[in-house]
Amino acid sequence: MLRQIEGSKAVADAVALCRPEVVCAYPISPQTHIVEGLAELVKSGALEPCEFVNVESEFAAMSVAIGASAAGARAYTATASQGLLYMTEAVFNASGLGLPIVMTVANRAIGAPINIWNDQSDSMALRDAGWIQLYAETNQEAADLHVQAFRIAEELSTPVMVCMDGFVLTHAWEQVDTPDQEQVDAFLPPYEPRQVLDPAEPSSIGAMVGPEAFTEVRYLAHARLMEALDLVPDVSDRFAEAFGRNSGGLTRAYRTEDADTIVIALGSVLGTLKDTVDELREAGLRVGVLGLTCFRPFPADAVRAAVGHARHVVVLERAFEPGVGGIVTQNVVAAAPATHVHTVVAGLGGRAVTKASLDGVLRAADRLPPLTFLDLDRTLIDRELGRLAATRRSGPTAENLLRDLGAVASRIG
Amino acid sequence: MAVTPIKFYQTGSFAVGGRLLGADQRSVQSDRQRINSIDCGHRACQGCGEALGARYALDAAMRATGNRMVAVNATGCLEVFSTPYPETSWRIPWLHSLFGNAPAVATGVAAAMKAKGRTDVRVVGQGGDGGTVDIGFACLSGMFERNDDVLYICYDNEAYMNTGVQRSGATPAAARTATTPAVGPEPGAVFGQGKNVPMIALAHEIPYVATATVADLRDLEAKVTRAMEFRGARYLHVLVPCPLGWGSASHDTILIARLAKESGLFPVFEAEHGEIVATSKIRRRVPVEDYLRRQTRYAHLFGDRPRTDVIARIQAQADRNIRRYDLLGED
Repeated sequence: MLRQIEGSKAVADAVALCRPEVVCAYPISPQTHIVEGLAELVKSGALEPCEFVNVESEFAAMSVAIGASAAGARAYTATASQGLLYMTEAVFNASGLGLPIVMTVANRAIGAPINIWNDQSDSMALRDAGWIQLYAETNQEAADLHVQAFRIAEELSTPVMVCMDGFVLTHAWEQVDTPDQEQVDAFLPPYEPRQVLDPAEPSSIGAMVGPEAFTEVRYLAHARLMEALDLVPDVSDRFAEAFGRNSGGLTRAYRTEDADTIVIALGSVLGTLKDTVDELREAGLRVGVLGLTCFRPFPADAVRAAVGHARHVVVLERAFEPGVGGIVTQNVVAAAPATHVHTVVAGLGGRAVTKASLDGVLRAADRLPPLTFLDLDRTLIDRELGRLAATRRSGPTAENLLRDLGAVASRIG
Repeated sequence: MAVTPIKFYQTGSFAVGGRLLGADQRSVQSDRQRINSIDCGHRACQGCGEALGARYALDAAMRATGNRMVAVNATGCLEVFSTPYPETSWRIPWLHSLFGNAPAVATGVAAAMKAKGRTDVRVVGQGGDGGTVDIGFACLSGMFERNDDVLYICYDNEAYMNTGVQRSGATPAAARTATTPAVGPEPGAVFGQGKNVPMIALAHEIPYVATATVADLRDLEAKVTRAMEFRGARYLHVLVPCPLGWGSASHDTILIARLAKESGLFPVFEAEHGEIVATSKIRRRVPVEDYLRRQTRYAHLFGDRPRTDVIARIQAQADRNIRRYDLLGED
């Protein structure tokens, strides 16, 4: 059914259609509306049987999901930012135990300085946690990816993270087509755990493993993730067959076939990029966009096939690795070593990524340095560097920058 | 089942099994047909109080639930000595996730069972004092506050024994650990720190809170059995001496646990819905020195210049417990 609906509510409804049996949540912006939606559905009896557990921290949220999943229940939680980092230990544990938990990450920056707005620093920080990571471009995709995520997770016994840009998607109202319960039931069979806590057949889950087998365990976890490179597009195709729309797969190319310059990105910024590309095409520039829906496992073959012919690849990063540069870039370089790859870090902490800025970057793709920060205010930085050089004391950098911008009325400190 | 108090100390196999009693009053351990929760062949140290306490507690829980139970274990000695892959000593469904999340994982299992309509399957969470008092404390408090249907058992050996005897929030004052060495003017753990989790559990007003020691295994069994009669959050705090960490003789584990209770240092009580309903009275009161002297973790109090001042402060703690919990007199 086509509805004008908030992204978070669309995700809550999609998750509910997947019949989770345990939902646990701790509030954190911009994830809150998702679990509020589920709380409403559980409390009103619209979603049952399902236990909604209000936990005392994100660490507990993932831990409750671990217990529930190991006991054979379909388990779901959602988080963002500091919350994802706070639950990190349990996030790794869930994949190590092979538990097919599905979690939404409403992408948000990591502090300090504290910042509640969107970038992808949180999920990117957990790229090595052994979870499959899917990134939604639109709210329709966000909703659809959750239905696919449960199926992928449970077929592989591996947890799946569905990442959607905080506020940009979670709080945006747009048309989303929500499927019927019957359709989802036909697509998603009940959860059959690979190993389960059952008094009828006692098993020990989570035993200690020493050096003699740990490498093999890790290899098998890797092999299972690599299987996802076949399964993710397969599930996406089946989804398209059942629901009549394609939302998923590994990558999604837009006007890349004959492109000299291809921009690679993840998430909601792809919409702006496609508009920019359309305008540049009208101006006669051969540019295209490659969206990565699946980031873990990294679809190296698909990326190489899509960008191999391009003269320049620009990776638009919504997070970065201080001291190194682009995170996605490193994966792209490894996949397509013969290509000129440039990193453009954009939209950190919610800064708008505008068509005008993207237009400038794409027109200058052949002259871009290896690492560019989009719309970086050099004047602000130079002033602060000057101040830092003048004194040995570390200072309130963020506050100084705000004062320079005139964003604070009075002098701080 | 009301348990008849037995007027003898537990010293040998007859007492352990309670075979002098009527069939319905006997210990779980007296039944050769029982199913062990934790089997022989595990790798606990000789005289390990935790291995003993866990086996008694979980065997009793198995009997109380008709073997329909799941155990969730925190990281620690109990987990390490029982499950070196591919071996396991557990004959019950058993899950280990992390050090600090056993109460929350147990909550998840309980929630799953509830959602699946498996109300017959009960959940026990367990961990040492580090996993319970320190790193897992937020999860434990959350489990209490939501009144999740879990019995959580803390096996308290008063330090981080699995990592080599470092101080925990349950380490008593003056005790030597690797991180509270017996040097300086205030040797050992400092006074005035440490958490009293049984009292904190009591403050949550959960259905059932009790303390026990491995000196009275019959009492431990009775408390587990009683705990399983309740639904909701329950907490059992069991004192389990650690010969390695306490520097005590392996054969003295039971004796030392008894001295902890008989000196008043470890009050043994039972509470329901936030109110203490029973205390185990001291039967032969002993000075704390009798307890301290048997452990090298207190050896620095009895050197060439005995620290009578420190011993007096510990005695004062015991005396305060005796007053607060009314530990003298008849049961």
